[in-house]
Amino acid sequence: MCATVSAAVVVDRLVKDYGAARAVDGVSFEVDRGEVFALLGPNGAGKSSIVEILEGHRERTSGTVRVLDTDPATAGSDFRERIGIVLQSSGIDPELTVREAVDFYGAAYRRPAATDELIELVELQDKADSRVSTLSGGQQRRIDLALGLVGDPEVVFLDEPTTGFDPAARRRGWELVERLASQQRAVILTTHYLDEAEALADRVAVLAKGRIVAEGTPAQLRARAGSALISFVLPDHLDTAADLLSPLKGEIVGRQRSVQITTDAPTADLAHLTGWAQQRGLELEGLTVTKPSLEDVYLALVADDADPLHPADAPGQAVEAPDKANNAPLRAGEPSVRADEAPSQTGEAPEKAGESPEQSALDTGDEGDEDADAEDGSDGAS
Amino acid sequence: MKRLRARLTGLKQLWRCIGLQNRIFWRTPIAAFFTLVFPILMLVLFTAIFGNDDFDSVYGRVTSSQFYTPGLAVYAAASSTYTGIGITLASRRELGILKRVRGTPLPGWAYLGGVVISAVWIAAVGVTAMVLLGVAAYGVNIEAAKIPAMIVTFAVGTASFAALGLALSSLARSVSMAVPAANATLLPLAFISDIFVPFGSDIPLWLDVLGDIFPLKHFGRAFSEAMSPFSEAPAFEWHRLAILLAWLVVGALVAARKFSWEPPVLAGRTGRRQRRSIRAASPAVAD
Repeated sequence: MCATVSAAVVVDRLVKDYGAARAVDGVSFEVDRGEVFALLGPNGAGKSSIVEILEGHRERTSGTVRVLDTDPATAGSDFRERIGIVLQSSGIDPELTVREAVDFYGAAYRRPAATDELIELVELQDKADSRVSTLSGGQQRRIDLALGLVGDPEVVFLDEPTTGFDPAARRRGWELVERLASQQRAVILTTHYLDEAEALADRVAVLAKGRIVAEGTPAQLRARAGSALISFVLPDHLDTAADLLSPLKGEIVGRQRSVQITTDAPTADLAHLTGWAQQRGLELEGLTVTKPSLEDVYLALVADDADPLHPADAPGQAVEAPDKANNAPLRAGEPSVRADEAPSQTGEAPEKAGESPEQSALDTGDEGDEDADAEDGSDGAS
Repeated sequence: MKRLRARLTGLKQLWRCIGLQNRIFWRTPIAAFFTLVFPILMLVLFTAIFGNDDFDSVYGRVTSSQFYTPGLAVYAAASSTYTGIGITLASRRELGILKRVRGTPLPGWAYLGGVVISAVWIAAVGVTAMVLLGVAAYGVNIEAAKIPAMIVTFAVGTASFAALGLALSSLARSVSMAVPAANATLLPLAFISDIFVPFGSDIPLWLDVLGDIFPLKHFGRAFSEAMSPFSEAPAFEWHRLAILLAWLVVGALVAARKFSWEPPVLAGRTGRRQRRSIRAASPAVAD
């Protein structure tokens, strides 16, 4: 709508329904050439639906979508000539060799990459004459990548591109994605891996239940978490936590009785908390102060769709009001009614975070919902 | 790095697709066996069992090889097209290969055309091998004046069964449905369509009628008449060809309405789950 002709991808108020279920609920964003844009979110958040609509695999319910100034829903071969798709769910004929597959799919394009160079680029030269069926999972992902790039695309869609890579291959995969962007291609990436989004993306949109709950550079998102993260568990039998929580300077997120405070004034807030507890002779169970990661921001954002931590400045914000509404009860001392509504996520996510703070995959329990919904809707489409 | 050029024309794309399908077929020994070797094995076995003696059949008094050669040739053609296309496409849909193709500039008709024409080509190889074996080893009758009828019947029959194969791949949501569905339809039909069993006029009426409804009997009878020593050249069985064409239309309509490039729900979920459990077992850790 707000026609930035130069943007490679323009999405405006995109909506996708599968029957009564709304998978994508008014999403807007733009991606420029030379930019890596990451869609980050748990399963069922709508990532796949959005990307498949952009690729032309699915039809949207409403909203505007322009990819390379074309509507993917009605586009033909000329459009697919200019995009490259790396999907998790698309296979390769297992009877072909790597070289044959690259040759065959490359021949569909006007500007096919030189087969050997491309095979070298994804480091499969040792496997060039092996059948696809004999490749390991990581190698299959690499030939996926090669086939996505074989047509010299202007827009590249990468669906969790480094899943199954060993650490070294993963790093090199990242370098490859960076190189794609440096060649003025627009790259749209979906990922569960925060470190991947952080390493690769110029901008990140965090999706939860079909909405963008935050959008910005990784640094901007991180900045939302403040400079420190204070966590503890509220003491039992507390009628009101208002006198404990309301004087705090930081932002508060509560789940059940567990409280997390992201703050730029950790000294003052900590002093208040410990002073309050000492006066009453209480011990604040599990009290820790840590440096917040992008993951902490992310977890807060996706914990509840109507629960954005800070819906203030970035563009594409979906919800505003529920922020205050959600924090208010905690401040008023009625710990988190809302949190009980999403026990699966609150129960699982922090554990994972504890195990591997850099790396947690952020799968949040309700696996496959998105897939199921998506496929149900696809029956008629052919 | 890039070779700039115009995109290949549709026909060249089609040609490439046919080549690819043929290559894949010959690399799949089980498909090659059931399509090409198995029917020939049946001819050898039946002829050995019945001693290649004369007996009364729907085509008059002929040797058992004269009865079985055209029938089993038609069976090979039907299994290459109907079963072959049905299972191949169901499997590729499940593997997400069709979805990948759909995301490239390769025209869908060229890809599907490649699958169909390759299957017809394999069928031609199977039929030719069968007929040559019958003529050379068992003295089966073949007449130059009836060869056009053989070719036309082959073309119409394989086109019809190819359309039904496309329909099968559209209705079967997975390979595990496509395989039994193909066998459960083609095999019983082969028994009531004068292919496996020379009933002659002894067949119960209801089986006779049932066989008449479906296309396999008409394909087999039309092809057999074109090879029969008693039929009069040019030996075209026009009404049978018309019924085959009607089935072609049915198959094409079903395929046009129901064919999907998207993986089915079940496979999509399983596939993702599996990948995910692989990832869970060996999480990629940045150094």
